[in-house]
Amino acid sequence: MKATYREAVRMGLRNALLSDPRVFLMGEDVGRYGGSYAASRGLLEEFGPERIRDTPLSESAFVGAGIGAAMGGMRPIVEVMTVNFSLLALDQIVNNAATLRHMSGGQLAVPLTVRMATGAGRQLAAQHSHSLEGWYAHIPGITVVAPATHNDARDMLGLALKEPDPVFIFEHLMLYPQEGELDETRAPMPLRQACVRRPGTDVSIVTYGGSLGKALAAADRLATESVSAEVLDLRCLRPLDNEAILGSVRHTHRAVIVDEGWRSGSLAAEVTARIMEGAFYELDAPVERVCSAEVPIPYPKHLEDAALPQPDTIVEAVRRVLPKGAG
Amino acid sequence: MPSLGADMAAGTLLEWLKQPGDRVARGDLIAEVDTDKGVIQVEAFTTGTLERILVEAGQKVPVGTVMALIRDDAGSPSAAAPPALPPPPPSGPPPQRVSPLARRRAQELGVDLASIKGTGAEGAVTVADVERLARGGSAHAAAPPVEDSAARMRGAIGAAMARSKREIPHYYLSNTIDLGPAMAWLAEQNQSRPVADRLVAAALLLKSVALALRDFPELNAWWVDDRAVRQPSINLGVAVSLRQGGLIVPALEAADRASVDQLMRRLTDLVARAKGGALRASELSSGTLTVTSLGDRGVDTVLGVIYPPQVALVGFGRIAERPWVVQGAVVPRPVVTMSLSADHRVTDGHRGAIFLDRIDQLLREPGAL
Repeated sequence: MKATYREAVRMGLRNALLSDPRVFLMGEDVGRYGGSYAASRGLLEEFGPERIRDTPLSESAFVGAGIGAAMGGMRPIVEVMTVNFSLLALDQIVNNAATLRHMSGGQLAVPLTVRMATGAGRQLAAQHSHSLEGWYAHIPGITVVAPATHNDARDMLGLALKEPDPVFIFEHLMLYPQEGELDETRAPMPLRQACVRRPGTDVSIVTYGGSLGKALAAADRLATESVSAEVLDLRCLRPLDNEAILGSVRHTHRAVIVDEGWRSGSLAAEVTARIMEGAFYELDAPVERVCSAEVPIPYPKHLEDAALPQPDTIVEAVRRVLPKGAG
Repeated sequence: MPSLGADMAAGTLLEWLKQPGDRVARGDLIAEVDTDKGVIQVEAFTTGTLERILVEAGQKVPVGTVMALIRDDAGSPSAAAPPALPPPPPSGPPPQRVSPLARRRAQELGVDLASIKGTGAEGAVTVADVERLARGGSAHAAAPPVEDSAARMRGAIGAAMARSKREIPHYYLSNTIDLGPAMAWLAEQNQSRPVADRLVAAALLLKSVALALRDFPELNAWWVDDRAVRQPSINLGVAVSLRQGGLIVPALEAADRASVDQLMRRLTDLVARAKGGALRASELSSGTLTVTSLGDRGVDTVLGVIYPPQVALVGFGRIAERPWVVQGAVVPRPVVTMSLSADHRVTDGHRGAIFLDRIDQLLREPGAL
């Protein structure tokens, strides 16, 4: 079945609302406006204002309300519109959502699911183009996932709602209008597993979210040069699927990490470190990273493109890790 | 602790010749240090007052360790002994880069990394480079049984010789000697013998090497588990070239105890059986020192490759009449150039030279062989 990514997200929301009466959605413009990215269009009409709740413009307040509702036995889905605005709710997230189980000695749980858009590419300028999922992946006590495919966009939400602790879902904003195939027969893949999206033998391109498509495009181009690139979709950024990462590197002996976050202290840095710790003697070349340039993401189209990972820069990085004469 | 040679890693402080408070001048002897190469005296490299001793007599410390402090006349203390020699200035090609995986595979496959030119990023050796060399270098090991014996022999020679050149620090000596007395003795002997019993010079040369080895047991040894193990019997490996190509090195066991006549017969038999492929396994593995001669092919000097686990090889070139100076007069003499290839881990050139000289002396009195 063909669908856009935003339709896949909407299916996930609808399935969740239908299957569990404790589930409700709240956030800025999720009701009457249908969501900033139109992910919840039509849900207010179907489920009513009790379960599709528009909130005031206060991320700290409505994330805090979500935490409270979750502690009280509900299964809230909080949409924070974008990661850029989630910074206002960081205190609620870091000091409450992530710690309450620990602080209460296990008496309290926060089965909260937070969705937000992330990433750059639509000329929204520096303040609205952040990719900060790597920051969230730094925090113990929460699970961080990044659905890169239509199936994951639909299925991860349902799995997140079954988790006993907070789950953060990062949807790359460039994906929403993309059309793709939804497999209606396959069972959802477990939340914390990485997935090989394209098998290969010469190099592992490790990526997630909005960069997956770019990595696959790079792999296509490399295939025309007889380079067989494996593309690993991390899917879950916290906890990382170590075994999948190391397994792929043990098999290809070369790795290129693609991450739209800024390079220093990035998720790509973490993946690189884990490869060094767990597969040093499997490496046949230094690990390469393709990250965003360390600048506020520019507004002009050509500069924004230049600041982000692109298929071209991924191909170049792969060439650097391959022996000369290959490819 | 100063470095007194590139191979010195540590030294033992034997005695301080100056005490704290003593005035020392640059160049004064201040301490005695025991190294692998003997006792040496360490000089102060600065003038001042010996302030503190940091290494006590009897202590063994790595090169570069500060042994004492000397306060110079301006008042600031400095290390009493110069630090270890600075690393030599970079010269030649940059250091080799090897990927972690390639290093591991090279170890597994026994491939010598030094011989590989890397094709990876920044010239690093990659696993593909290692495996390419391993495939070429050990073709005999992976060869299917249908492969012809010449190719297998080539592979075996290649493996042994590559290992030798990889692991054994060879040194080479050669000496051209007068074979006048030996050749005269042979001519005299052969005059009265039937053709079948005639002796050739090779028998004399082998006997002289075997006898000389009695006095040089360190050359009659095998290198096993990082040390030289002297062998109780003197078994001379004889390099025999085969018609189909390649060579084989069967041994004349206890060659020092055989008479020249016996050696001659055994040599004839051994060469015939080597060429006919009828050697015993023990003969192929018991050699303790190899003798090779390419004299019959007109070669003047053979500088051979040691056959592991042996630690030395003696080569003979052709015996030819040459102008030779005897007591101020140039006279024609039959001469031969003999050479020694030896493992520097076991012996030094000085000892090797005495060994060659000993062979020369023995050949001057062929009747006693």
